[in-house]
Amino acid sequence: MPVTIEIPTAFRRFTEGAPKIESSASTVAEALRDLTAKFPALGKHVRDEQGEIRQFLNVYLNEEDIRFLSGESSALKDGDRVLLVPSIAGG
Amino acid sequence: MPDLYQLQCRECKKTWGNVPRSFCEDCFSPLEVVFDYSSLKKTLCRDALNSRAFSMWRYAELLPLPEGFTAPNAVGGTPLVASRKLGDQWGLKHLYFKNDAVCFPSLSFKDRVVATALAAARRFNFQTVGCSSTGNLANAVAAQCAQQGFDACVFIPADLEAAKVLNTAVYGARIVRIKGNYDQVNRLCSQIADRFQWGLVNVNLRPYYSEGSKTHGFEIAEQLGWKLPDNVVVPMAGGSLITKIAKAFRELIELGWVEPKPVKFFGAQATGCSPISDGVKRNLSRFEPQKPNTIARSLAIGNPADGPFAMKQIRESGGWAEDVSDPEIVEGIKLLAETEGIFTETAGGVTVGVAQKLLRQGRIQSDEVTVLSITGNGLKTTDAIVDEFPLPEAIAPRLEDFEAYLNNNATVGAAATQG
Repeated sequence: MPVTIEIPTAFRRFTEGAPKIESSASTVAEALRDLTAKFPALGKHVRDEQGEIRQFLNVYLNEEDIRFLSGESSALKDGDRVLLVPSIAGG
Repeated sequence: MPDLYQLQCRECKKTWGNVPRSFCEDCFSPLEVVFDYSSLKKTLCRDALNSRAFSMWRYAELLPLPEGFTAPNAVGGTPLVASRKLGDQWGLKHLYFKNDAVCFPSLSFKDRVVATALAAARRFNFQTVGCSSTGNLANAVAAQCAQQGFDACVFIPADLEAAKVLNTAVYGARIVRIKGNYDQVNRLCSQIADRFQWGLVNVNLRPYYSEGSKTHGFEIAEQLGWKLPDNVVVPMAGGSLITKIAKAFRELIELGWVEPKPVKFFGAQATGCSPISDGVKRNLSRFEPQKPNTIARSLAIGNPADGPFAMKQIRESGGWAEDVSDPEIVEGIKLLAETEGIFTETAGGVTVGVAQKLLRQGRIQSDEVTVLSITGNGLKTTDAIVDEFPLPEAIAPRLEDFEAYLNNNATVGAAATQG
């Protein structure tokens, strides 16, 4: 079973309305690469000019922020969910 | 008349009119409300405020309120207390406390942000209003929703202080306890806002919500006689308040209501949750998120939404950020209560503790005007200090027992000897 990348509503303008895609990626970085290869218009919204994940985009692997794991090199296994959450609010 | 304000992306600067949304759909950076100052300058003068009651609504034109808005409650208008003892103790001639521990209706500065958020909720026709909260915000949402007829639904970490849960439940709000820390609650709320047509005050109503914080800054300036202070020391959770006080001061300068003046912004965090102060102290370009572990639950946000902006504000103002340990927080609470008669919650203990640290570091000078933001009431976090004050032994209602008690408690007896 592959991994699922879940796409928030605001991103779906760039994904032809797709709420999620499936990927066989083995790391978070590969999953993001799959996502932006499938939907190139999303690319500049995911990464900044330096190629870093945008400061106001939070990436989760299942329930955990990838910054508490191994960042983009966090390994994925079958059935994992990668979640994009723009500009998390709060406070 | 068209609105004199609208949403603008803080990064790419694109404007979006007025909609319930917290981030730019082009670049996904946060949105904030910007005002048309040139029009405001023509129509609004400072003297117009003289006839208005002293609450946050006296600054109505500088808040994102819909046309025809009438103030439903008296929020804000809290005292700016000139220090009577702590300033002497610290060698500061002009020390003040902006005391939002007595902000109504729910005894924290969050009443201010909820007040503007509910004005927006009404405008956008939300019936259900909610929030993710470390406690104070939930109290404020529950209280004001009860008063104004919204259905409140608040999301909190399951292990929140009992007093803060009770102070939400009593208003009839629906409470959803989440097995996780605040940052996890917050992420869930972002997904809920994406799925449901609810007004979440600190998610999709966030730009309107956070403007309410400006009134804390407006009041400081007005209470100083329409002057800006030299230093402000502000507790930081999500990092929004410190940036909105700065925005308030900038707007007052823009309107010509105060003389321009450099103000140093000092941010205060608990060491057990200090992503912003850590970022400032290590001069990081991006803060590193943390897993909170501190008694200052109201500041326990490990992934602060406005962290980048707070760091920028602090740096550009020539200020600094510091953090204090849990024992220092308790000492800070006791110090403020004993010297000034102000009982603040753990966040206030953080602010006092950090101010003391800044003083020792020589970052605050004796003849400067320094304001400490006290943002919440001590009655909400008594759990944090209860062990400091064991109950004294009870005595029988007899004079000889009282005399025996005095003899056994020399410090009291020396002062209480009577002829």
